[in-house]
Amino acid sequence: MKDIQTTRAIPRAINWNRLQDDKDLEVWNRLTVNFWLPEKVPLSNDVQSWATLRPEERELTIRVFTGLTLLDTIQNSLGAPALLADAQTPHEEAVLTNIAFMEAVHARSYSSIFSTLCLTRDVDEAFRWSEDNPHLQAKARLILDEYDAGADPMRRKIASVFLESFLFYSGFYLPMYWSSRAKLTNTADLIRLIIRDEAIHGYYIGYKFQRAAERLSQAERDALKDFAFSLMFDLYEIETKYTEELYDGIGLTEDVKAFLHYNANKALQNLGYEGLFPPAVCEVNPAILAALSPDSENHDFFSGSGSSYVIGKAVATEDEDWDF
Amino acid sequence: MGGLVHFSSRSGNTGRFVAAVGVPSDRIPIAADDDLPMPAAPYILICPTFADGEGRGAVPKQVIRFLNDPARRALIRGVIGMGNRNFGATFALAGRVIAGKCDVPLLDRIELAGTTNDVARVRAGLARFWGTVPMAQTGKLECLTTA
Repeated sequence: MKDIQTTRAIPRAINWNRLQDDKDLEVWNRLTVNFWLPEKVPLSNDVQSWATLRPEERELTIRVFTGLTLLDTIQNSLGAPALLADAQTPHEEAVLTNIAFMEAVHARSYSSIFSTLCLTRDVDEAFRWSEDNPHLQAKARLILDEYDAGADPMRRKIASVFLESFLFYSGFYLPMYWSSRAKLTNTADLIRLIIRDEAIHGYYIGYKFQRAAERLSQAERDALKDFAFSLMFDLYEIETKYTEELYDGIGLTEDVKAFLHYNANKALQNLGYEGLFPPAVCEVNPAILAALSPDSENHDFFSGSGSSYVIGKAVATEDEDWDF
Repeated sequence: MGGLVHFSSRSGNTGRFVAAVGVPSDRIPIAADDDLPMPAAPYILICPTFADGEGRGAVPKQVIRFLNDPARRALIRGVIGMGNRNFGATFALAGRVIAGKCDVPLLDRIELAGTTNDVARVRAGLARFWGTVPMAQTGKLECLTTA
Protein backbone atom coordinates (compact mmCIF):
# COMPACT_ATOMS: atom_id res chain seq x y z
CA MET A 1 0.00 0.00 0.00
CA LYS A 2 2.85 2.31 0.81
CA ASP A 3 4.22 1.87 -2.73
CA ILE A 4 0.93 2.93 -4.33
CA GLN A 5 0.85 6.05 -2.19
CA THR A 6 4.33 7.10 -3.16
CA THR A 7 3.95 6.46 -6.91
CA ARG A 8 0.65 8.30 -7.30
CA ALA A 9 1.20 11.76 -8.76
CA ILE A 10 0.17 14.63 -6.54
CA PRO A 11 -3.49 15.45 -7.27
CA ARG A 12 -3.55 18.99 -8.59
CA ALA A 13 -6.44 21.47 -8.72
CA ILE A 14 -6.98 23.08 -12.09
CA ASN A 15 -6.02 26.76 -12.23
CA TRP A 16 -7.61 28.57 -15.18
CA ASN A 17 -5.52 31.64 -14.40
CA ARG A 18 -2.30 29.76 -15.19
CA LEU A 19 -2.56 28.49 -18.75
CA GLN A 20 0.04 26.38 -20.53
CA ASP A 21 -1.85 26.71 -23.82
CA ASP A 22 -4.11 29.71 -24.57
CA LYS A 23 -6.05 27.60 -27.08
CA ASP A 24 -7.57 25.61 -24.18
CA LEU A 25 -9.32 28.68 -22.76
CA GLU A 26 -10.25 30.00 -26.20
CA VAL A 27 -11.95 26.72 -27.13
CA TRP A 28 -13.51 26.27 -23.67
CA ASN A 29 -15.10 29.72 -24.02
CA ARG A 30 -16.42 28.97 -27.50
CA LEU A 31 -17.88 25.62 -26.48
CA THR A 32 -19.52 26.84 -23.31
CA VAL A 33 -21.03 29.96 -24.95
CA ASN A 34 -22.37 27.75 -27.75
CA PHE A 35 -24.02 25.28 -25.33
CA TRP A 36 -27.53 24.27 -26.36
CA LEU A 37 -30.17 21.60 -25.82
CA PRO A 38 -32.59 20.13 -28.36
CA GLU A 39 -35.54 21.57 -26.42
CA LYS A 40 -34.40 24.98 -27.72
CA VAL A 41 -35.39 24.02 -31.29
CA PRO A 42 -39.14 23.92 -32.19
CA LEU A 43 -38.97 20.54 -33.89
CA SER A 44 -42.75 20.10 -33.78
CA ASN A 45 -43.01 22.77 -36.50
CA ASP A 46 -41.66 20.11 -38.86
CA VAL A 47 -44.55 17.67 -38.31
CA GLN A 48 -46.45 18.86 -41.39
CA SER A 49 -43.32 18.90 -43.51
CA TRP A 50 -42.47 15.35 -42.39
CA ALA A 51 -45.87 14.22 -43.63
CA THR A 52 -45.02 15.46 -47.14
CA LEU A 53 -42.04 13.09 -47.43
CA ARG A 54 -42.58 9.85 -49.31
CA PRO A 55 -42.29 6.66 -47.20
CA GLU A 56 -38.87 5.79 -48.65
CA GLU A 57 -37.65 9.33 -47.94
CA ARG A 58 -38.79 9.00 -44.33
CA GLU A 59 -37.06 5.64 -43.99
CA LEU A 60 -33.86 7.11 -45.43
CA THR A 61 -33.99 10.07 -43.05
CA ILE A 62 -34.53 7.91 -39.98
CA ARG A 63 -31.69 5.57 -41.01
CA VAL A 64 -29.33 8.48 -41.65
CA PHE A 65 -30.09 9.93 -38.22
CA THR A 66 -29.64 6.54 -36.59
CA GLY A 67 -26.20 6.26 -38.20
CA LEU A 68 -25.31 9.70 -36.86
CA THR A 69 -26.56 8.67 -33.42
CA LEU A 70 -24.16 5.73 -33.45
CA LEU A 71 -21.16 7.97 -34.19
CA ASP A 72 -22.18 10.46 -31.48
CA THR A 73 -22.65 7.61 -29.01
CA ILE A 74 -19.14 6.32 -29.74
CA GLN A 75 -17.61 9.76 -29.43
CA ASN A 76 -19.48 10.45 -26.18
CA SER A 77 -18.75 7.24 -24.32
CA LEU A 78 -15.43 6.14 -25.84
CA GLY A 79 -13.82 8.66 -28.21
CA ALA A 80 -13.53 11.84 -26.20
CA PRO A 81 -12.90 9.98 -22.90
CA ALA A 82 -10.10 7.99 -24.59
CA LEU A 83 -8.36 11.27 -25.44
CA LEU A 84 -8.34 12.28 -21.75
CA ALA A 85 -5.43 9.96 -20.95
CA ASP A 86 -3.26 11.77 -23.51
CA ALA A 87 -4.14 15.33 -22.47
CA GLN A 88 -1.12 17.58 -22.07
CA THR A 89 -2.73 20.16 -19.78
CA PRO A 90 -5.47 20.03 -17.11
CA HIS A 91 -7.43 22.55 -19.19
CA GLU A 92 -7.34 20.20 -22.16
CA GLU A 93 -8.94 17.56 -19.93
CA ALA A 94 -11.72 20.01 -19.05
CA VAL A 95 -12.33 20.82 -22.72
CA LEU A 96 -12.45 17.11 -23.58
CA THR A 97 -15.08 16.43 -20.93
CA ASN A 98 -17.16 19.24 -22.43
CA ILE A 99 -16.75 17.66 -25.87
CA ALA A 100 -17.78 14.27 -24.46
CA PHE A 101 -20.90 15.73 -22.88
CA MET A 102 -21.96 17.63 -26.01
CA GLU A 103 -21.69 14.39 -27.99
CA ALA A 104 -24.26 12.97 -25.56
CA VAL A 105 -26.48 16.01 -26.26
CA HIS A 106 -26.13 15.36 -29.99
CA ALA A 107 -27.00 11.68 -29.63
CA ARG A 108 -29.95 12.62 -27.46
CA SER A 109 -31.13 15.19 -30.06
CA TYR A 110 -31.79 12.56 -32.72
CA SER A 111 -34.13 10.82 -30.32
CA SER A 112 -35.94 14.15 -29.85
CA ILE A 113 -36.39 14.36 -33.62
CA PHE A 114 -37.65 10.76 -33.67
CA SER A 115 -40.15 11.21 -30.85
CA THR A 116 -41.48 14.40 -32.45
CA LEU A 117 -41.79 13.24 -36.05
CA CYS A 118 -41.69 9.46 -36.31
CA LEU A 119 -43.55 6.30 -35.44
CA THR A 120 -41.91 4.19 -32.75
CA ARG A 121 -41.93 1.03 -34.86
CA ASP A 122 -40.14 2.83 -37.73
CA VAL A 123 -37.47 4.09 -35.35
CA ASP A 124 -37.04 0.69 -33.74
CA GLU A 125 -36.60 -0.80 -37.21
CA ALA A 126 -33.89 1.77 -38.00
CA PHE A 127 -31.96 1.01 -34.81
CA ARG A 128 -32.05 -2.69 -35.75
CA TRP A 129 -30.85 -1.69 -39.24
CA SER A 130 -27.92 0.24 -37.73
CA GLU A 131 -26.76 -2.86 -35.86
CA ASP A 132 -26.92 -5.01 -38.99
CA ASN A 133 -25.62 -2.59 -41.60
CA PRO A 134 -22.14 -3.83 -42.59
CA HIS A 135 -20.82 -0.45 -43.75
CA LEU A 136 -21.94 1.48 -40.69
CA GLN A 137 -20.53 -1.23 -38.44
CA ALA A 138 -17.27 -1.37 -40.43
CA LYS A 139 -16.54 2.34 -40.08
CA ALA A 140 -17.40 2.25 -36.37
CA ARG A 141 -15.00 -0.67 -35.89
CA LEU A 142 -12.14 1.02 -37.76
CA ILE A 143 -12.42 4.01 -35.45
CA LEU A 144 -12.91 1.93 -32.30
CA ASP A 145 -9.73 -0.06 -33.05
CA GLU A 146 -7.78 3.20 -32.70
CA TYR A 147 -9.62 4.17 -29.51
CA ASP A 148 -8.64 0.94 -27.72
CA ALA A 149 -6.62 1.29 -24.57
CA GLY A 150 -2.95 0.94 -25.40
CA ALA A 151 -3.40 2.30 -28.91
CA ASP A 152 -1.08 5.09 -30.08
CA PRO A 153 -2.19 8.53 -28.76
CA MET A 154 -1.44 10.25 -32.07
CA ARG A 155 -3.34 7.70 -34.13
CA ARG A 156 -6.21 8.06 -31.69
CA LYS A 157 -6.35 11.80 -32.40
CA ILE A 158 -6.28 11.16 -36.15
CA ALA A 159 -9.21 8.74 -35.84
CA SER A 160 -11.08 11.21 -33.66
CA VAL A 161 -10.65 14.08 -36.14
CA PHE A 162 -11.82 11.82 -38.99
CA LEU A 163 -14.94 10.91 -37.03
CA GLU A 164 -15.69 14.54 -36.11
CA SER A 165 -14.79 16.15 -39.45
CA PHE A 166 -15.43 13.45 -42.07
CA LEU A 167 -17.62 10.51 -41.06
CA PHE A 168 -20.62 12.58 -40.01
CA TYR A 169 -21.02 14.21 -43.40
CA SER A 170 -22.61 11.38 -45.35
CA GLY A 171 -25.40 11.89 -42.82
CA PHE A 172 -25.36 15.67 -42.44
CA TYR A 173 -25.89 15.97 -46.19
CA LEU A 174 -29.51 14.85 -46.00
CA PRO A 175 -30.97 17.46 -43.60
CA MET A 176 -29.06 20.15 -45.55
CA TYR A 177 -30.64 18.78 -48.74
CA TRP A 178 -34.13 18.82 -47.20
CA SER A 179 -33.52 22.33 -45.90
CA SER A 180 -32.49 23.52 -49.38
CA ARG A 181 -35.93 22.28 -50.57
CA ALA A 182 -37.66 24.09 -47.67
CA LYS A 183 -38.38 20.79 -45.87
CA LEU A 184 -37.65 19.90 -42.22
CA THR A 185 -36.17 23.36 -41.70
CA ASN A 186 -36.32 23.25 -37.90
CA THR A 187 -34.59 19.88 -37.90
CA ALA A 188 -31.93 21.47 -40.12
CA ASP A 189 -31.51 24.26 -37.56
CA LEU A 190 -30.77 21.64 -34.91
CA ILE A 191 -28.35 19.79 -37.21
CA ARG A 192 -26.52 23.07 -37.89
CA LEU A 193 -25.95 23.41 -34.13
CA ILE A 194 -24.40 19.93 -34.15
CA ILE A 195 -22.29 20.78 -37.22
CA ARG A 196 -21.01 23.91 -35.47
CA ASP A 197 -19.98 21.90 -32.40
CA GLU A 198 -18.29 19.17 -34.45
CA ALA A 199 -16.32 21.83 -36.35
CA ILE A 200 -14.83 23.09 -33.08
CA HIS A 201 -14.17 19.53 -31.87
CA GLY A 202 -12.33 18.59 -35.08
CA TYR A 203 -10.39 21.84 -35.03
CA TYR A 204 -9.32 21.45 -31.40
CA ILE A 205 -8.33 17.79 -31.52
CA GLY A 206 -6.50 18.48 -34.81
CA TYR A 207 -4.72 21.40 -33.19
CA LYS A 208 -3.59 19.23 -30.27
CA PHE A 209 -2.39 16.64 -32.79
CA GLN A 210 -0.27 19.27 -34.56
CA ARG A 211 1.23 20.52 -31.30
CA ALA A 212 2.15 17.00 -30.23
CA ALA A 213 3.59 16.24 -33.69
CA GLU A 214 6.00 19.17 -33.31
CA ARG A 215 7.82 17.16 -30.64
CA LEU A 216 8.31 14.09 -32.86
CA SER A 217 11.12 13.23 -35.24
CA GLN A 218 10.64 13.69 -38.99
CA ALA A 219 10.50 9.91 -39.44
CA GLU A 220 7.74 9.62 -36.84
CA ARG A 221 5.80 12.47 -38.43
CA ASP A 222 6.11 10.83 -41.85
CA ALA A 223 4.83 7.53 -40.47
CA LEU A 224 1.82 9.28 -38.90
CA LYS A 225 1.00 11.04 -42.13
CA ASP A 226 1.13 7.73 -44.00
CA PHE A 227 -1.18 6.24 -41.41
CA ALA A 228 -3.60 9.19 -41.64
CA PHE A 229 -3.92 9.04 -45.42
CA SER A 230 -4.22 5.27 -45.35
CA LEU A 231 -6.98 5.41 -42.71
CA MET A 232 -8.74 8.10 -44.74
CA PHE A 233 -8.63 5.84 -47.82
CA ASP A 234 -10.09 2.93 -45.84
CA LEU A 235 -12.84 5.07 -44.32
CA TYR A 236 -13.58 6.67 -47.67
CA GLU A 237 -14.01 3.29 -49.30
CA ILE A 238 -16.56 2.33 -46.66
CA GLU A 239 -18.28 5.71 -46.89
CA THR A 240 -18.78 5.40 -50.64
CA LYS A 241 -20.51 2.03 -50.16
CA TYR A 242 -22.60 3.40 -47.29
CA THR A 243 -23.51 6.42 -49.41
CA GLU A 244 -24.50 4.31 -52.41
CA GLU A 245 -26.66 2.04 -50.29
CA LEU A 246 -28.47 4.97 -48.72
CA TYR A 247 -28.72 7.49 -51.52
CA ASP A 248 -28.90 5.50 -54.80
CA GLY A 249 -32.65 5.15 -54.40
CA ILE A 250 -33.17 8.89 -54.23
CA GLY A 251 -30.61 9.63 -56.95
CA LEU A 252 -28.28 11.75 -54.82
CA THR A 253 -25.20 9.53 -54.52
CA GLU A 254 -22.89 11.61 -56.73
CA ASP A 255 -23.93 14.82 -55.01
CA VAL A 256 -23.19 13.28 -51.60
CA LYS A 257 -19.79 12.02 -52.79
CA ALA A 258 -18.69 15.54 -53.75
CA PHE A 259 -19.65 16.57 -50.22
CA LEU A 260 -17.60 13.65 -48.80
CA HIS A 261 -14.51 14.68 -50.79
CA TYR A 262 -14.86 18.30 -49.67
CA ASN A 263 -15.16 17.28 -46.03
CA ALA A 264 -12.36 14.71 -46.22
CA ASN A 265 -10.05 17.50 -47.35
CA LYS A 266 -11.21 19.71 -44.48
CA ALA A 267 -10.62 16.89 -41.99
CA LEU A 268 -7.05 16.49 -43.28
CA GLN A 269 -6.53 20.26 -42.99
CA ASN A 270 -7.57 20.08 -39.33
CA LEU A 271 -4.55 17.78 -38.87
CA GLY A 272 -2.34 20.29 -40.71
CA TYR A 273 -2.20 18.21 -43.92
CA GLU A 274 -3.00 19.16 -47.49
CA GLY A 275 -6.21 17.91 -49.07
CA LEU A 276 -6.38 14.51 -50.76
CA PHE A 277 -9.14 15.01 -53.33
CA PRO A 278 -8.61 17.41 -56.28
CA PRO A 279 -10.89 20.47 -56.58
CA ALA A 280 -12.75 18.98 -59.57
CA VAL A 281 -14.36 16.28 -57.40
CA CYS A 282 -15.01 18.62 -54.46
CA GLU A 283 -17.51 20.92 -56.13
CA VAL A 284 -20.35 20.74 -53.65
CA ASN A 285 -23.84 21.59 -54.83
CA PRO A 286 -24.22 25.34 -54.13
CA ALA A 287 -27.64 24.72 -52.59
CA ILE A 288 -25.99 22.49 -49.95
CA LEU A 289 -23.29 25.09 -49.24
CA ALA A 290 -25.97 27.75 -48.87
CA ALA A 291 -27.89 25.47 -46.48
CA LEU A 292 -24.73 25.03 -44.40
CA SER A 293 -24.15 28.74 -43.95
CA PRO A 294 -27.41 30.59 -44.53
CA ASP A 295 -27.47 34.36 -44.06
CA SER A 296 -23.77 34.73 -44.71
CA GLU A 297 -23.07 37.13 -47.59
CA ASN A 298 -21.81 35.51 -50.75
CA HIS A 299 -20.65 38.21 -53.17
CA ASP A 300 -16.91 38.16 -52.72
CA PHE A 301 -15.00 40.25 -55.24
CA PHE A 302 -12.42 37.57 -56.04
CA SER A 303 -14.95 34.79 -56.58
CA GLY A 304 -16.17 36.44 -59.77
CA SER A 305 -19.65 35.15 -59.08
CA GLY A 306 -20.99 38.65 -59.55
CA SER A 307 -19.77 41.93 -60.95
CA SER A 308 -20.03 43.69 -57.62
CA TYR A 309 -18.87 43.12 -54.12
CA VAL A 310 -20.35 44.13 -50.82
CA ILE A 311 -18.88 46.50 -48.36
CA GLY A 312 -19.29 44.58 -45.14
CA LYS A 313 -22.61 45.21 -43.47
CA ALA A 314 -22.50 46.59 -39.96
CA VAL A 315 -22.30 43.55 -37.74
CA ALA A 316 -22.83 43.32 -34.01
CA THR A 317 -19.37 43.64 -32.53
CA GLU A 318 -19.86 43.93 -28.81
CA ASP A 319 -16.15 44.15 -28.44
CA GLU A 320 -14.94 47.15 -26.48
CA ASP A 321 -11.43 46.59 -27.78
CA TRP A 322 -12.09 48.60 -30.93
CA ASP A 323 -10.92 52.23 -30.68
CA PHE A 324 -12.75 53.48 -33.76
CA MET B 1 1.60 45.69 -56.17
CA GLY B 2 0.56 46.32 -52.60
CA GLY B 3 1.34 44.10 -49.71
CA LEU B 4 -0.26 41.52 -47.46
CA VAL B 5 -0.70 41.46 -43.71
CA HIS B 6 -2.07 38.41 -41.94
CA PHE B 7 -2.76 36.93 -38.54
CA SER B 8 -2.58 33.21 -37.85
CA SER B 9 -3.16 31.53 -34.51
CA ARG B 10 -1.13 28.52 -33.46
CA SER B 11 -3.41 26.18 -35.41
CA GLY B 12 -1.73 27.74 -38.45
CA ASN B 13 -4.48 27.54 -41.09
CA THR B 14 -4.18 31.16 -42.25
CA GLY B 15 -0.37 30.94 -42.19
CA ARG B 16 -0.49 27.85 -44.42
CA PHE B 17 -2.84 29.61 -46.83
CA VAL B 18 -0.64 32.71 -47.03
CA ALA B 19 2.43 30.54 -47.62
CA ALA B 20 0.62 28.74 -50.46
CA VAL B 21 -0.36 32.05 -52.09
CA GLY B 22 3.35 32.83 -52.05
CA VAL B 23 3.17 36.61 -51.71
CA PRO B 24 5.34 38.08 -48.92
CA SER B 25 3.20 38.98 -45.93
CA ASP B 26 3.73 40.71 -42.61
CA ARG B 27 2.48 38.56 -39.75
CA ILE B 28 0.70 40.16 -36.81
CA PRO B 29 2.26 38.42 -33.77
CA ILE B 30 0.33 36.10 -31.45
CA ALA B 31 1.86 37.48 -28.24
CA ALA B 32 0.13 40.69 -27.14
CA ASP B 33 3.39 42.41 -26.17
CA ASP B 34 5.37 41.62 -29.34
CA ASP B 35 6.03 44.46 -31.79
CA LEU B 36 3.41 44.99 -34.49
CA PRO B 37 4.57 45.12 -38.11
CA MET B 38 4.43 48.54 -39.78
CA PRO B 39 3.39 48.10 -43.41
CA ALA B 40 5.40 50.27 -45.81
CA ALA B 41 2.64 50.41 -48.42
CA PRO B 42 -1.11 49.79 -48.82
CA TYR B 43 -2.01 46.23 -47.95
CA ILE B 44 -4.74 43.62 -47.90
CA LEU B 45 -5.42 41.98 -44.56
CA ILE B 46 -6.04 38.23 -44.28
CA CYS B 47 -7.76 37.38 -41.02
CA PRO B 48 -9.18 34.21 -39.42
CA THR B 49 -12.50 34.15 -37.54
CA PHE B 50 -12.99 33.12 -33.92
CA ALA B 51 -16.65 34.04 -33.39
CA ASP B 52 -18.93 32.34 -30.91
CA GLY B 53 -22.43 31.27 -31.96
CA GLU B 54 -23.69 34.85 -31.65
CA GLY B 55 -20.84 36.33 -33.68
CA ARG B 56 -19.04 37.83 -30.68
CA GLY B 57 -15.27 37.95 -30.69
CA ALA B 58 -14.99 37.26 -34.43
CA VAL B 59 -11.85 39.37 -34.94
CA PRO B 60 -8.78 38.26 -32.95
CA LYS B 61 -7.69 40.82 -30.34
CA GLN B 62 -4.23 41.01 -31.90
CA VAL B 63 -5.79 42.18 -35.18
CA ILE B 64 -7.97 44.75 -33.39
CA ARG B 65 -4.83 46.05 -31.67
CA PHE B 66 -3.16 46.39 -35.08
CA LEU B 67 -6.14 48.20 -36.66
CA ASN B 68 -6.62 50.50 -33.68
CA ASP B 69 -3.44 52.29 -34.73
CA PRO B 70 -4.56 55.04 -37.19
CA ALA B 71 -1.30 54.91 -39.19
CA ARG B 72 -1.55 51.16 -39.76
CA ARG B 73 -5.30 51.30 -40.40
CA ALA B 74 -4.88 54.06 -43.00
CA LEU B 75 -3.13 51.67 -45.39
CA ILE B 76 -5.69 48.84 -45.45
CA ARG B 77 -7.37 48.49 -48.85
CA GLY B 78 -9.28 45.25 -48.55
CA VAL B 79 -9.79 42.16 -46.40
CA ILE B 80 -9.96 38.40 -46.94
CA GLY B 81 -11.89 36.53 -44.27
CA MET B 82 -10.85 33.02 -43.22
CA GLY B 83 -13.23 30.61 -41.52
CA ASN B 84 -15.26 27.44 -41.80
CA ARG B 85 -18.63 27.23 -43.50
CA ASN B 86 -19.70 24.83 -40.73
CA PHE B 87 -20.13 27.86 -38.49
CA GLY B 88 -23.16 28.86 -40.53
CA ALA B 89 -24.07 32.54 -40.51
CA THR B 90 -20.79 33.48 -38.81
CA PHE B 91 -18.67 31.89 -41.60
CA ALA B 92 -15.58 34.11 -42.11
CA LEU B 93 -17.34 36.80 -40.09
CA ALA B 94 -14.06 38.53 -39.19
CA GLY B 95 -13.78 39.58 -42.84
CA ARG B 96 -17.19 41.22 -42.79
CA VAL B 97 -16.58 42.93 -39.45
CA ILE B 98 -13.26 44.40 -40.60
CA ALA B 99 -14.70 45.44 -43.98
CA GLY B 100 -17.49 47.26 -42.16
CA LYS B 101 -15.25 48.86 -39.56
CA CYS B 102 -12.60 50.05 -42.03
CA ASP B 103 -14.94 50.71 -44.99
CA VAL B 104 -12.96 48.49 -47.36
CA PRO B 105 -14.20 45.63 -49.60
CA LEU B 106 -14.45 42.03 -48.41
CA LEU B 107 -12.48 40.45 -51.24
CA ASP B 108 -12.90 36.77 -50.56
CA ARG B 109 -13.75 34.17 -47.94
CA ILE B 110 -11.62 31.07 -47.53
CA GLU B 111 -12.26 27.88 -45.54
CA LEU B 112 -9.53 26.64 -43.17
CA ALA B 113 -6.19 26.66 -45.06
CA GLY B 114 -7.84 27.01 -48.48
CA THR B 115 -7.88 24.74 -51.52
CA THR B 116 -5.66 24.91 -54.61
CA ASN B 117 -8.56 26.69 -56.32
CA ASP B 118 -8.70 29.25 -53.52
CA VAL B 119 -4.95 29.87 -53.81
CA ALA B 120 -5.15 30.40 -57.60
CA ARG B 121 -8.22 32.68 -57.28
CA VAL B 122 -6.63 34.84 -54.60
CA ARG B 123 -3.32 35.10 -56.49
CA ALA B 124 -5.16 36.26 -59.62
CA GLY B 125 -7.49 38.46 -57.56
CA LEU B 126 -4.61 40.23 -55.83
CA ALA B 127 -2.88 40.97 -59.14
CA ARG B 128 -6.14 42.23 -60.60
CA PHE B 129 -6.92 44.30 -57.51
CA TRP B 130 -3.57 46.08 -57.36
CA GLY B 131 -3.58 46.43 -61.16
CA THR B 132 -6.89 48.26 -61.22
CA VAL B 133 -6.56 50.33 -58.08
CA PRO B 134 -3.96 53.09 -58.00
CA MET B 135 -2.12 52.88 -54.69
CA ALA B 136 -3.22 56.32 -53.63
CA GLN B 137 -6.92 55.48 -53.91
CA THR B 138 -8.91 53.86 -51.20
CA GLY B 139 -10.39 51.12 -53.34
CA LYS B 140 -13.91 52.29 -53.97
CA LEU B 141 -16.60 50.27 -55.70
CA GLU B 142 -16.36 51.92 -59.15
CA CYS B 143 -12.76 50.93 -59.58
CA LEU B 144 -13.35 47.25 -59.08
CA THR B 145 -16.38 46.25 -61.07
CA THR B 146 -14.74 46.12 -64.49
CA ALA B 147 -12.17 43.41 -63.98
